[in-house]
Amino acid sequence: MGKATAAIVGPGNIGTDLLAKLQRSEHVEVRYMVGMDPASDGLNRARRQGVETSAGGVDWLLARPELPDLVFEATSAKAHRASAPRYQRAGIQAVDLTPAAVGPPVCPPVNLGQHLAAPNVNMITCGGQATIPIVQAVCRVTPVSYAEIVASIASRSAGPGTRANIDEFTVTTARAIERVGGAERGKAVIILNPVEPPMIMRDTVFCAIPAETDTGAVTESIMSRVAEVAQYVPGYTLRGEPQFDDPREDWEGWARVAVFLEVRGNGDYLPPWAGNLDIMTAAAARVGELLAVTRHAEVRA
Amino acid sequence: MTIRDLRITDSTLRDGSHAMRHRFSEEQVRGVVRALDSAGVEVIEVSHGDGLGGSSFNYGFSEVDDIELVRAAVQETTRAKIAVLLLPGLGTVADLRRAHDAGASVARIATHCTEADVSAEHFAAARELGMEAVGFLMLAHRAEPDALATQARIMTDAGAQCVYVVDSAGALVLSQAQARVQALIDEIGHQAEVGFHGHQNLSLGVANSVLAYQAGAKQIDGALCALGAGAGNAPTEVLAATFERLGVKTGVDVQGVLAAAEDVVKPFLDRLPWMDRSAIVQGYAGVYSSFLLHAERAAGRYGVPAHEILQRVGEAGYVGGQEDMIIDVAMQLQQERELAGSRTQNSPMARADPGRLAARRSH
Repeated sequence: MGKATAAIVGPGNIGTDLLAKLQRSEHVEVRYMVGMDPASDGLNRARRQGVETSAGGVDWLLARPELPDLVFEATSAKAHRASAPRYQRAGIQAVDLTPAAVGPPVCPPVNLGQHLAAPNVNMITCGGQATIPIVQAVCRVTPVSYAEIVASIASRSAGPGTRANIDEFTVTTARAIERVGGAERGKAVIILNPVEPPMIMRDTVFCAIPAETDTGAVTESIMSRVAEVAQYVPGYTLRGEPQFDDPREDWEGWARVAVFLEVRGNGDYLPPWAGNLDIMTAAAARVGELLAVTRHAEVRA
Repeated sequence: MTIRDLRITDSTLRDGSHAMRHRFSEEQVRGVVRALDSAGVEVIEVSHGDGLGGSSFNYGFSEVDDIELVRAAVQETTRAKIAVLLLPGLGTVADLRRAHDAGASVARIATHCTEADVSAEHFAAARELGMEAVGFLMLAHRAEPDALATQARIMTDAGAQCVYVVDSAGALVLSQAQARVQALIDEIGHQAEVGFHGHQNLSLGVANSVLAYQAGAKQIDGALCALGAGAGNAPTEVLAATFERLGVKTGVDVQGVLAAAEDVVKPFLDRLPWMDRSAIVQGYAGVYSSFLLHAERAAGRYGVPAHEILQRVGEAGYVGGQEDMIIDVAMQLQQERELAGSRTQNSPMARADPGRLAARRSH
């Protein structure tokens, strides 16, 4: 069976880690990696692994005689907004790891199935990839009037882009908790912790649920969802069983389920504590594989 | 306005929100603002304890929305400015705009003491809105004076007109507080003021504030009846009396704030902030003061001692905002106790709600 071909645009930490993951894929073959700086360590590294590289950016990529089927964008929101229409005109399906939000927000086990034919899909945020699967796992059992997530990441894993636009994280994640996760109202918090050695990414999900909720069914749904995510993020684990609290007056009479997650990175290119970056590249690789399998099935049909 | 040496900002209605479990009523806010305003306190901070947007499962839901409380506070002032707190990563620029629309005129932007660069967009927004912009470097004991000054520089460059050394854990001891204020004065003193926010966990909130003033700080925080997180804040009424005895002009009428504390705040308190075992452990282990009531609640829920939770939270180096980790630590402590087969009367088996335990065992 032929693999789908792909390009990675942006040879930084994210692009390089994504390349390491896609090199193991049975369905995606990375043909090209492009950047803007000829001295880029990421480009040199990719070249040594047999990937065709260029510092000529998207212009070079779109001038290839054989265009890739997929492009993974690991640059910036601004760069992706400029390139997205060009990819689409060239018939290249885009997986966007930036906050550009040109295409629909996707989380592989939750809603990717509805967007397999979209010309462009967006990977939301690291906190979104870690928590939306859980929010939706609760929502498929019982209505969730409000879901709140707290993502704690190591200071060293937060780059200048994240730091300069931290509202973008909270707002984008909160909206995706609603739109993708299915909660009526969402809230997201991100905390940067500088402790050394760096802390492994932690995510906590709180959902307001009706008092009469079948807690056993909620736990079962969460457990099976965690196993599903762990298929593509092996370091995705629960710190303990979901915690149920009885309704409280200051919770407007809702009961609560709290889920405590740890996201340990795979250590491909990025260190294991950078679970926030790992879950983005792992989820993007997963999306790439599922898009590739779909394309293949369509070609055969 | 009289010439003063020092500006006192009262945080009863913000830091005190922690001690009130964020259940301030509009009436209480109006009463406190009236009393502070008439006593000549120039800046009154009103927000959820964790700042705008803090109302949540993780930090506690507000009884009344922050913005409504800000609006009520503004209506009661004749001369004081109303300040709001905002923690980037939790509150957003949109929250700040709403507070500004409700009449808040001072924006206090708080980050962990090593993460000042997450605040640039919020300082920019505050200045653009025409608000006075004040930076808050929290858990300041976790950064050495030089490192803290570097962070104050980042905030000043982003638009802060004053940067505070915030002793969120009440962990700084005298010269440690003063050295940090001094380092900030040396770095930003020619461009911006320096402030100090003290807690009472080791009973040094007022003494540290005096040393901060003597090092050059121009803004000091307090709260009536010490109402604040942990063992509470440097009490506004004690600060006013102490500075007056030192001949330092704050513009605050001592009798006025004494009456505000005694007649307005004290009657609605269930408990006064106090240096109990857990609060002292917070100062001693350097734990964010607002974790106190969350640790007490988790202690009750999981049958483990609050001070042990706080000790471990300190060892793990958790920072402000990581209240969820308190539950995580309590769960781990409970598991350890169960594994150790504790048979004491404090065992979680003896104290946990039986129905809850059965539910846990069923899956």
